[in-house]
Amino acid sequence: MIEGILTGLATAFTPINLMMVLVGCFAGTFIGMLPGLGPVSAIALMIPITYGFDPASGMILMAGVYYGAVFGGSTSAILINAPGVSGAVATAFDGHPMAKNGMAGKALALAAYSSFFGGTIGAIFLFALVPVLASVSLSFQSADYFALMLFGCTAIAAFSGKGQILKAILMTLLGLMLATVGEDPSGIQRFTFGMPDLYGGISFLLLSMATFALAEALLVVLRGELSSASSAAGKMSKTELGSLKLTGEEVKDIAPAVSRSSVLGFFVGILPGAGATIASFLAYGMERNLAPAKKKEEFGKGSARGLAAPETANNAASTGSFVPLLTLGIPGSATTAVMLGALLSYGVQPGPRLYIDHPSVFWAVIISMYLGNIILLVLNLPLIPYISKLLEIPRQLLTPIILFFSLIGVYLVSFNTVDLTMMVAIGVAAVMFRVLDFPLAPLLLGFILGGMLEDNLRRALLIWDGSWAFLWERPITATIMVITLLTLILPLISSLRDRRIIKPTI
Amino acid sequence: MGVGKLITYFRTYGFVLIVLSVFSPLTVAADRVHLLIPGGAGGGWDTTARGVGEALSRSGLVDSASYENMSGGDGSKAIAYLIETASRQHNTLLISSTPIILKSLKNIFPQSYKDLIPVAAVIADHGAFVVTADSKYQSWQQVIDDYRLDPRNVKVAGGSVRGSMDHLVAALAFKKSGVDARQMRYIPYNAGAKAMVGLLSKETQLLSTGLSEAIALARQGEVRILAMTARKRVEYAPDVPTLVESGVDVEFTNWRGFFAAPGFPAERSQYYHKLLRDLYDTSEWDEIRVSRGWTNLYLAGQDFVDFLAKQERELGKIMLDLGMVKK
Repeated sequence: MIEGILTGLATAFTPINLMMVLVGCFAGTFIGMLPGLGPVSAIALMIPITYGFDPASGMILMAGVYYGAVFGGSTSAILINAPGVSGAVATAFDGHPMAKNGMAGKALALAAYSSFFGGTIGAIFLFALVPVLASVSLSFQSADYFALMLFGCTAIAAFSGKGQILKAILMTLLGLMLATVGEDPSGIQRFTFGMPDLYGGISFLLLSMATFALAEALLVVLRGELSSASSAAGKMSKTELGSLKLTGEEVKDIAPAVSRSSVLGFFVGILPGAGATIASFLAYGMERNLAPAKKKEEFGKGSARGLAAPETANNAASTGSFVPLLTLGIPGSATTAVMLGALLSYGVQPGPRLYIDHPSVFWAVIISMYLGNIILLVLNLPLIPYISKLLEIPRQLLTPIILFFSLIGVYLVSFNTVDLTMMVAIGVAAVMFRVLDFPLAPLLLGFILGGMLEDNLRRALLIWDGSWAFLWERPITATIMVITLLTLILPLISSLRDRRIIKPTI
Repeated sequence: MGVGKLITYFRTYGFVLIVLSVFSPLTVAADRVHLLIPGGAGGGWDTTARGVGEALSRSGLVDSASYENMSGGDGSKAIAYLIETASRQHNTLLISSTPIILKSLKNIFPQSYKDLIPVAAVIADHGAFVVTADSKYQSWQQVIDDYRLDPRNVKVAGGSVRGSMDHLVAALAFKKSGVDARQMRYIPYNAGAKAMVGLLSKETQLLSTGLSEAIALARQGEVRILAMTARKRVEYAPDVPTLVESGVDVEFTNWRGFFAAPGFPAERSQYYHKLLRDLYDTSEWDEIRVSRGWTNLYLAGQDFVDFLAKQERELGKIMLDLGMVKK
């Protein structure tokens, strides 16, 4: 194994390969920043380019592009509230408010540091535990995934600030309802109203672009921020952009969050049925639940913890998702599916034998992924002041640009004009919700988790022949269900206790 | 830098727009082929169409190949579009595959593949029945015996919804093995890889999938392929027995092929038959085909029409048996 690692290192650290990862990171960051183009499309774009490359160089370029695109996705989520990939949705929750509070530079730096940390912890786990992890990733069954998704739903609590609980629940339900549109797992059409365009359901990208980016841009127009652009929006970005450095206090604040999230993220990532998005939601929910009361209030309004947790977790999870890919040859996500295609075109067949027969290839892949992670930090930290200057573009220019790119981003994926009409309709509805002070994040959360929640529950019930016994008979399911219930009940109990203490004083 | 950023944006998207305008289908010239893809980028239809187009243009059989993705309605939108604009689509071929027949049988769309002109099938895959390496099942017959005891013993995983190809092929195999396919417990996953995970995590006992999707893991000793649905054993998996060998009369081919707009002139059809035939002799096609793990299947004109009719009869019958369509 050590020999394999060393050979891998030697391959990765040749000048040409370092050049590859540099170019890859740079290209990936820009591709990832465009709404609609995430790591999947970035890697797919690179495959024909790397055709004929040495496999190691090709893989290293991919690694750079991959991490670059993930970071690029976080960048657009933070700066313009346009999470183009589902993994970046939780990043937008606190990242965008931070940018709005005039801390765009710090938010981006925080995202870069947390991603790096998540990737590092992930890589360490990978080095230490690979032989045992393959079986862990297969230990989860549909029943367990159902419990895990249910646990993910507890993250909604993060959006239920004062008097908002009902609104957050309503929006989650709306998200769950939207997830049911289309053909269901038993082949029946639901809520399609005979329109062929709805048979495939609503795409995540469309909903996310409509509710986040489009609604944000429309709100700017509505509030008349365009005319007074240079005064409010311009000022906020100019003055405090420079402060990239984290103070010692801030580091102390986020350190525990980052450590917890990286472990959580990695283990969720190795489950082929979960992945980076679920990891980021779980980490976000967990940190909010663990935060002291005072810090809890900050979530959703620009909390550093709230940004660091999902960013760490989704990167750790991305690293973790290489476990099923490399040890079993099974892609757990769209990104790893494209990666698998790339590996196959280089003549590398991932699977249990790869680790035994070709340890140097195995480790070269992992080391090049990690190299991508390091280079990204080195490359992007100095770039942040420039990237965040995006906000300095006058609002009257930036708003139409955001509108244009979010629309075309959706169109270029489906090439279906009906999607655009649907997007505008949803965008307008989203603006109404925003005006009425309904939080939109739970909608997206419900939508993402809803489909998986239903699919896994239906499978679990089919497998258990219609019995609900899996809830208590499967140890993993039962454990997660108990944690879920505790997460829901404990805050209630403590708030009741608080009330009891307060009562006598009144 | 604000301006620099803008330029980067415009460069990237400007490029995409230019590419799109170049690919516009309006011009009609003899040796251009325009491939209409009823799904988004990266899917099975997309990779097949682009693979064929690439081989055709790289080998010089056509001057250029262009592509147009049009998703919506599980492929029905592109079919409707092709029919509506038939008069100017004499260079256009639409890629499709077996599920198009299922869509037509379910009768949920106003138009079906029968409104198009079948040109030729190009590649094929076969259904495969897979168990984990440590499964107690060593042969298809053992699966059937266990199923006969209690159908609940054999949960069948598949990569798509109920009534999809994975489901129907399994139902067909059970039915022809002499057991009641209506009792089958089919567990739907939303991708072939996810269904494979379901099998490996031991929540299902059997997986119904494509042979090409299962062969890599079988070679590495993680899973065992009990049977597959070709008539004869195939070259790249000589150890995998066919169902026919086990005495089960099931043959099923999952094809991918091309269709043309209604009113397509016969001589254009002839031209494309020959073009796709010639494709098989090029080294460019061999290279692409092998790297993707595809198997050649050439069926053109009337052969293709007859083949489709037969497949529709078989699938229609099993759907009727399962109560998924009304007579």
